[in-house]
Amino acid sequence: MAAPMLEIRDVHASVGDKPILKGVDLVANAGEVHAIMGPNGSGKSTLANVLAGRPNFTVTQGQVHYMGRNLLAMKPEDRAREGVFMAFQYPVEIPGVNNAYFLKSALNAMRRYRGEEELDAIEFLSLIEEKLKLLGLDESFTKRGLNEGFSGGEKKRNEIFQLLVLQPKLAILDETDSGLDIDALKIVANGVNMMRSPERTTLLVTHYQRILNYIQPDVVHVLVDGRIVKSGGNELAHELEKHGYAQFEAAAKVA
Amino acid sequence: MVSAEQVKQQLAGQEYKHGWVADIEEDIIPRGINEDVIREISRRKEEPEWLLEWRLKSYRYWKEMREPKWANITYGPIDYQGISYFAAPKAKGTGPKEIPPEIKAMYDKLGIPLEEQGLLAGVAVDAVLDSVSVATTFKDKLAELGIIFSSFSEAVKEHPDLVRKWLGFVVPQNDNFFAALNSAVFSDGSFAYIPPGVRCPMELSTYFRINAENTGQFERTLIIADKGSYVSYLEGCTAPMRDEHQLHAAVVELIALDDAELKYSTIQNWYPGDKDGKGGIYNFVTKRGRAVGRNSKISWTQVETGSAITWKYPSVIMEGDNSQGEFYGVAVVNNRQQADTGTKMTHIGKNTRSTIISKGISSGFGQQTYRGAVKILRGATGARNYSQCDSLLIGDKCGAHTFPYIEVMDPSAQMEHEASTSKIGEDQLFYCQQRGITPEDATNMIVNGFCKKVFNNLPMEFAVEAQKLIVVSLNLEGTVG
Repeated sequence: MAAPMLEIRDVHASVGDKPILKGVDLVANAGEVHAIMGPNGSGKSTLANVLAGRPNFTVTQGQVHYMGRNLLAMKPEDRAREGVFMAFQYPVEIPGVNNAYFLKSALNAMRRYRGEEELDAIEFLSLIEEKLKLLGLDESFTKRGLNEGFSGGEKKRNEIFQLLVLQPKLAILDETDSGLDIDALKIVANGVNMMRSPERTTLLVTHYQRILNYIQPDVVHVLVDGRIVKSGGNELAHELEKHGYAQFEAAAKVA
Repeated sequence: MVSAEQVKQQLAGQEYKHGWVADIEEDIIPRGINEDVIREISRRKEEPEWLLEWRLKSYRYWKEMREPKWANITYGPIDYQGISYFAAPKAKGTGPKEIPPEIKAMYDKLGIPLEEQGLLAGVAVDAVLDSVSVATTFKDKLAELGIIFSSFSEAVKEHPDLVRKWLGFVVPQNDNFFAALNSAVFSDGSFAYIPPGVRCPMELSTYFRINAENTGQFERTLIIADKGSYVSYLEGCTAPMRDEHQLHAAVVELIALDDAELKYSTIQNWYPGDKDGKGGIYNFVTKRGRAVGRNSKISWTQVETGSAITWKYPSVIMEGDNSQGEFYGVAVVNNRQQADTGTKMTHIGKNTRSTIISKGISSGFGQQTYRGAVKILRGATGARNYSQCDSLLIGDKCGAHTFPYIEVMDPSAQMEHEASTSKIGEDQLFYCQQRGITPEDATNMIVNGFCKKVFNNLPMEFAVEAQKLIVVSLNLEGTVG
């Protein structure tokens, strides 16, 4: 049997000097969508950023294997080129760098890494045309500076646009649903659902059950105080919606 | 658009690539400055008496003046008696077909075509080597339209009335210390005159090269755009790597008459000195334009990556009603480079408009100052100015400083000033890395995005050149991670 897409074993991690993750275990196979839920400050975003390799997020113990390979030994750009994508909770602005030019550079950097031909401007434009339509974005969106002056919703949609164009194997969505109105949420969820395939894995990091009305996860994990305290099916999300995180937080304190 | 990756591949491992010296035999007037030296320069250039007198008068002004000390730069004393004020290649040619082979070889190595075909076929070039112009291309073709484009020395001989009428019209002999010095000893430079109603069909350009040792370069450029004409002019410059500092003190005068438009672009890449600040050009330059005509327009674009010290404020005096002045500048300092640069916009005519876009990038131990003055005089009703002045810091040992001076004497004026200072953030780099882009390419991309508004004003080929230069100047392979 092939190695799982993602195998997290006893991961402890600190941000700066502060320990945040205190022994996370998680296995996700190709074709699965996992939701990682938890209260504020539980370590959800830390986990996402550790997987992407953000500087200052230090793994102090444990291992992460991505398709059987040691993910933590790879540079952030190589993780991306190997197919790990993170949709940022707070996408940055890069003024003067054209949105489409940025995405084309990213795509071609990945294609070069994989030994594929780079796409020229025309091939690239025809590739993005359809994705833009799916997300209800018009062409002028690609001509603006990267996230420059974008509204919160536009930034999140841009992340999903990049996700659709880059077609990663492992997509990590870090609170992509936060701050979105219901229409934007549906569009984003639709984008994520289109990416579902037997070859791909999605980690959906979220605080709210709301987005799970539109994206059906295969597994739901509850992360409290740096540990996964419970895993289950979609019904677990509904339980959280009804009763909140309080019971798990109390249990975590006792432990 | 050239990708950051392509640029990097082309430039891999390069630092300052124009730092070599060509073996060209030169005639050099011994070091030092006095009235005899000025007479000798004038004699060698076979100048008329009035010009010699003009030089001597300038010299007498200069002797009474002091080197300005208000700029935010520090450097050791300049020994004005230790500099040679004239160096000319011995071998002479008079046209593109007669350029001595060693000089042609040098320009080929620099990538500057002295033939009227090939790479930059749409650009007329005046090539100035040390103190003299060695070749000017496309002169005949331009002459058919009545356009005069030649070396300054040649213009003095062939169009003395024009030169005499406009020389010093924009920058008076006693304007400032360095302009006075230039007026006394200026050697060569370019002269262009565009007759009424003519749109110059190609870019005019001058390529300045310092080659000789212990010499200063003091070129003088004068461009006149007569009524209803248009011209776009470009200058580029390089110098060998040497441990001693070399002085460059140029004067550029631009004149735009009624309805004329004059666009002047500079890519300044003089040797910046080594990483510890040894050697490099001291660049003290006076550049100014007078938009004297109604509806006239003067636009400066500069990309300053070289020189150990840059002291330069291309300015526009808007005298004609509805005239316009523009300044678009990118300045880069790295290692121990220092730049105090900016512009001065003076509004005199009614409904005059000016735009200032300044982008400063500091890296290494580089120190950069933007100094800009906007003056709106009484009676300049309806004047408008927009200034935007941004600084980008790379690393934590460099500096960016901003000194905007605003003086408004007319209540109808409208002014806008925006300024920002930012640092290339870890967040920006990580975002790019997460999309598969290396930190080096990301820095490149961020810098180019930052400079975009200025690069957009450069002619296409030169925008690409400017982009490459900035990669080399910032030594981007070494700055990040």
